[in-house]
Amino acid sequence: MPQPLDYLKETPSQTAGPYVHIGLAPGAAGFDIYRRELGWDIAGPEAPGERIRIEGVVHDGTGAPVKDVMLEVWQADAAGIHAHPDDPRHEAVAPGFRGWGRVITDFDTGLWGFDSIKPGPVVGRDGRIMAPHISLWIVARGINIGLNTRIYFDDEDNSADPVLALIEQADRRQTLLARKTAPGRYRFDIRLQGDGETVFLDI
Amino acid sequence: MTPAEYYQRDRTWQPPALAPDYKTSVARSPGLPLLSLRNSLSEITGPVFGHGDIDATDNDLIRNYAKTGDPVGERIIVHGRVLDEDARPVPGTLVEIWQANAGGRYRHKKDTYLAPIDPNFGGCGRTLTDDQGHYAFRTVKPGAYPWRNWVNNWRPAHIHVSVFGRAFVQRLITQLYFEGDPLIAQCPIVQAIPDPRAVEQLIAPLDMNAAVPLDCLAYRFDIVLRGRRSTLFENRLEGN
Repeated sequence: MPQPLDYLKETPSQTAGPYVHIGLAPGAAGFDIYRRELGWDIAGPEAPGERIRIEGVVHDGTGAPVKDVMLEVWQADAAGIHAHPDDPRHEAVAPGFRGWGRVITDFDTGLWGFDSIKPGPVVGRDGRIMAPHISLWIVARGINIGLNTRIYFDDEDNSADPVLALIEQADRRQTLLARKTAPGRYRFDIRLQGDGETVFLDI
Repeated sequence: MTPAEYYQRDRTWQPPALAPDYKTSVARSPGLPLLSLRNSLSEITGPVFGHGDIDATDNDLIRNYAKTGDPVGERIIVHGRVLDEDARPVPGTLVEIWQANAGGRYRHKKDTYLAPIDPNFGGCGRTLTDDQGHYAFRTVKPGAYPWRNWVNNWRPAHIHVSVFGRAFVQRLITQLYFEGDPLIAQCPIVQAIPDPRAVEQLIAPLDMNAAVPLDCLAYRFDIVLRGRRSTLFENRLEGN
């Protein structure tokens, strides 16, 4: 036997279940408990940039809307800077900008939406510039481990994005594009399974 | 120094998306493979929380929704550390929990189980780990509850746990189970995890040393997040 490696194992994931709101958005579960719930204000009022709203529905493999999903959003500011110390430019991040949001659906329709600013391009690996994008993490009843994906914008030049370029079937890149429906408004539907299945990422 | 990336997730240790005995996973699991990405700045960063975001009492579920007195149930402390795969503490990270009350009833408008709501129990808490990665909650032990999967499926007593870590790649939601619960072996959600050793990682042992005599028992639950490469050889995220 070789020497054992002494790394710990990552704690296994489990589904967030149908009552995820109790812990992460108790107001939606039907009660007020915290002075302030987290994740409702991604960009803050001061950050420069184009104010946008993104809306969508998550569909399951039968096409039905998933009404108990929770999404979390992570993005850079309009200059492509993350509000995090590991971003080399973080000290210049826009004032009041946090870049993180928590989004839940309407229990009746499954529609979700969030307000933010359009992120700027971010420097990717080997200095290659990534097109403006928002990272998403999706949990729900029936999802055993959170699903990662990215939102890109159909009114940006995405042709040189190194992540989209990794998608072998070019048609599938479309599943990551939010479609502009009005000035400052975008639609981003997610299909968990089947026709038009959204590209999910192992990050 | 260039920011370092994180170890890849061991997807054979984690539950698969499709676990047919957990019926809801059948239509909610992607059918196509995940696209593997090497970390960029978008992945190695993530939200940062501070003491201004939460209140110091948010981690006490015995008191944070008390209206006329304490909630009914077995009083327990749940505590542990958040570590990475290199056993280094993860300080200052947000840990959030939620659970049913002692009778297995959730305070959620979609929960219609006949067991009653406890007027003094909300069922959620949150805290930040200290500089050594420690966290602690005080609560009541949740009850088992039935769910519509097979006709007679019951969830083991469990507490849902959400933790952020330092990077978006470390984001994790899991469930804590209690030592000795015979329902663990029967639960299709637990058993979606293929490796029995991984299941054991979710079972909190009774921790008498952390109990408060004549007041409450304690359970210990350590959480391990993905580790991070050291720079033995440079893994450049940026050019030049």
